Amino acid sequence: MAEGLFDLVLAGLLLMLAGGALYGRSLYTSILLFVTFGLVLALVWARLGAVDLALAEAAIGAGLTGALLFAALARQGRAPEGEFDLACRRRGLAAAAVLLPVLWLMLSSLAPLAERDSPLPELALAALPHSGVEHPVTAVLLNYRAWDTLLELAVLLLALLGARQLGSGRLDTARPWPQLRAWNAHLAPLLVLVGGFLLWRGSSAPGGAFQAGALLAAGVVSLRLAHLLPPLRWSFWPLRLLVLLGLALFLAVAAAGAWLGQGWLSYPAGWAKPLILAIEVAATLSIAASLSLLVVGERREPAP
Amino acid sequence: MSTPLFWLGVGCVLWLLGLHGLLTLRNAVRRIIAINLMGSGVFLVMVALAIRERPGDPVLVALVVTGLVVAVSATALALRLSGQLARARKGDA
Repeated sequence: MAEGLFDLVLAGLLLMLAGGALYGRSLYTSILLFVTFGLVLALVWARLGAVDLALAEAAIGAGLTGALLFAALARQGRAPEGEFDLACRRRGLAAAAVLLPVLWLMLSSLAPLAERDSPLPELALAALPHSGVEHPVTAVLLNYRAWDTLLELAVLLLALLGARQLGSGRLDTARPWPQLRAWNAHLAPLLVLVGGFLLWRGSSAPGGAFQAGALLAAGVVSLRLAHLLPPLRWSFWPLRLLVLLGLALFLAVAAAGAWLGQGWLSYPAGWAKPLILAIEVAATLSIAASLSLLVVGERREPAP
Repeated sequence: MSTPLFWLGVGCVLWLLGLHGLLTLRNAVRRIIAINLMGSGVFLVMVALAIRERPGDPVLVALVVTGLVVAVSATALALRLSGQLARARKGDA
């Protein structure tokens, strides 16, 4: 009963924040509500028992996406607002008339899925002793479905290349207030520690490369915003190396497996744990570098 | 009503809310927020399906973890594009 009530409150809060994020009066309010939405969503993941997701969502969904949106708002400047009015009743009725039947259709086709059992969890747990790690989610990410993770790193790299092609995203940050600087100086070592802990923990409990990478990236972004770091230039070569490191190592392991071992992305027996650990470390550094470049990356302005 | 079914419904409502926003809003940044909300709705449906049995289905959770990073990459690129578009329009005007 109490759990049901909690679910109800959480879901109500989630949907209200989503509505506010869409139809907030000013864009600033919208973005603020969207960040809050991300935090509540992290709570929902924790409630549903997906702790891996809660960690990732709090760092990525709420933190980095919020920073990206605010940066976009700063670049866009004050756009003319007031393009819609919810008060228009006819429009609302029309939308409800379309969306409610669609909702009914979706629910009636999805509801039977909620009752059906899937054979996958048992298979995943049965193969766990041979996977090299003890946490099933990490095993799926880096062993059973390593293809997904490999391609995801490629997607991240492509997004970074695309953003870089779009020219200088110069970030004009205001002078940071002293407290932000002081806090960040103390927070940074702690973030590195927690990131390392999450990475190491990932083999046996919730955590892993994505969460650690996102946390480190969030740390870099907040240090940059506090002007404690110099501008991150695309042209800085160690940074480029870091960005490529994860994908390159992953590809090397996959290719070596295909050439010398049993096949593409299948680890030789007994070698799974060290290989997964190496890939995870490289992927963490890569993800951290790519995400922080995506958010606060800059390019030297061509001299006029 | 079981917990998976409840969150399945919430995910569907969230998806439709995002769809409505995507179709009715004009501002590019708001539309990107709407797409993100639709993505969150999909993730919610997947996690609701993952908790049908205890312990949860690791495959679906891992897919959503992957999806989160892909979503933030796409959002970053889309925001860059929209910023570029706004600048081009300003240049025309």
